Amino acid sequence: MIEIQHLYKSFDDKDVLKDINARFENGQINLIIGQSGSGKTVLMKNIVGLLTPTEGKILYDGRDFCALSKRDRILLRREMGMIFQSAALFDSMTVLDNVMFPLNMFSDMAYEDRVKRAQVCLARVNLTGTDRKYPGELSGGMQKRVAIARAIVLQPRYLFCDEPNSGLDPRTSLVIDELIAGITHEDNITTIVNTHDMNSVMGIGENIMFICEGRAEWQGTNRQIMAARNKALEDFIFASDILRQAKVAYDNAHQS
Amino acid sequence: MITLKGSLMELGRYVQLMGRVLSRPDRWRMFMRQYVTEMFQLGYNSIGIVLIISFFIGAVICLQIKLNIQSPWMPRMVVGYTTREIMLLEFSSSIMCLILAGKVGSNIASELGTMRITQQIDALDIMGVNSANYLVLPKVLGLMTIMPILVTFSVAAGILGAYATSLMGTTTLAELTEGFRYEFNQWFFWCGMIKAVVYAFIIASVSSYKGYSVEGGSVEVGKASTDAVVLSSVLVLFADVFLTQILTTK
Repeated sequence: MIEIQHLYKSFDDKDVLKDINARFENGQINLIIGQSGSGKTVLMKNIVGLLTPTEGKILYDGRDFCALSKRDRILLRREMGMIFQSAALFDSMTVLDNVMFPLNMFSDMAYEDRVKRAQVCLARVNLTGTDRKYPGELSGGMQKRVAIARAIVLQPRYLFCDEPNSGLDPRTSLVIDELIAGITHEDNITTIVNTHDMNSVMGIGENIMFICEGRAEWQGTNRQIMAARNKALEDFIFASDILRQAKVAYDNAHQS
Repeated sequence: MITLKGSLMELGRYVQLMGRVLSRPDRWRMFMRQYVTEMFQLGYNSIGIVLIISFFIGAVICLQIKLNIQSPWMPRMVVGYTTREIMLLEFSSSIMCLILAGKVGSNIASELGTMRITQQIDALDIMGVNSANYLVLPKVLGLMTIMPILVTFSVAAGILGAYATSLMGTTTLAELTEGFRYEFNQWFFWCGMIKAVVYAFIIASVSSYKGYSVEGGSVEVGKASTDAVVLSSVLVLFADVFLTQILTTK
């Protein structure tokens, strides 16, 4: 479980995050949603330790990340897996080397075992047979799947995904969402996904936090989101005509 | 505009980065693999340009000296002697490193800059890898290892270039050989080696700093690459003055 308590983040007197409080449970897909520039990425970077909060606590199963020693922080980081918006694969390495990289750095497994483990992870994301390819030879969706395989190779307790569906078509986005959901539930890990993809919100959002102008405006599930009465959230979710019509239909059905 | 405060802050950030770079590698096996790769990429791939430039510069120095010190009082072997001293003391160690600052420096800065903007460095940090140590240390040590070898190749190619001018009939092989062997001071060779190691550290560390600290997009990567070449070239020249003074003062 990851808990955020009274988190503030400022850049040169500009408050980007203001008093964020949240709880992200194990075995659940936690989504952080919000418009571009609302502070989602800054929040994610604070959670994973790429930025240091101006104030507040981030607790990983009770361990305050900011108060940990440098060594303990490194050890905690080895319990994390992250999928970046751009996949962030090492383009000088093959797919297999990319997935094996965390094992090469942190495990004492024999070479054959490391290869086997990496191939198991690649098979889990349906990428068997791509071992010798380079990231540049793969499609965007395949690159994201390699990033997922690399993120789970050390069997992390916490998985972070920064806009995993950006730049992907709806069908591939669905595949990525299903993979993330499957891994989260099967391995009982704490997953936090940063997104503004409404398909992901409605499809896999078990715990959703909506951020607007640096504040946590609303928190609930994908079932509750249609009935939410929050102006900023409604403006964000029902920005498109299709969803606005769906909302009207939903409201009418519930009124009658 | 460059301000004193800005320069001091930049120096502070460079020292901080070097503090992270010069620490014990997380995994020696991975470090050694990267170290060998960097030696190959930064050094082996530069051998061609080093040999070509040094060969022709050696030949041109020889021709210029022959033209400019033509005097019946001056023995012909002086041409070989002066060519050797120029190649050994200044061209192969300093000017060749200056040329390599352009090739290797921009290569390092653009590679690390691209890794930064495509979040590959963030990915390393999140895994708990000391990204500065993993990426920069093999480059710095790799270049410091390979640079003296490149300088040696450069001296050899320059001398071959000088010999090649004998085919034009300016000086004979025997006169050149006599000049090359005349009053050879072995310390001058080691001066070149020491200079090469220091310049390699400057080029690799400054270029790595510029690339590693990129913020923004492709325009900033290009700027970092240019800045890396300019700054490391200036620092190499600056260090040249001090090293020459320190190493050659009796």
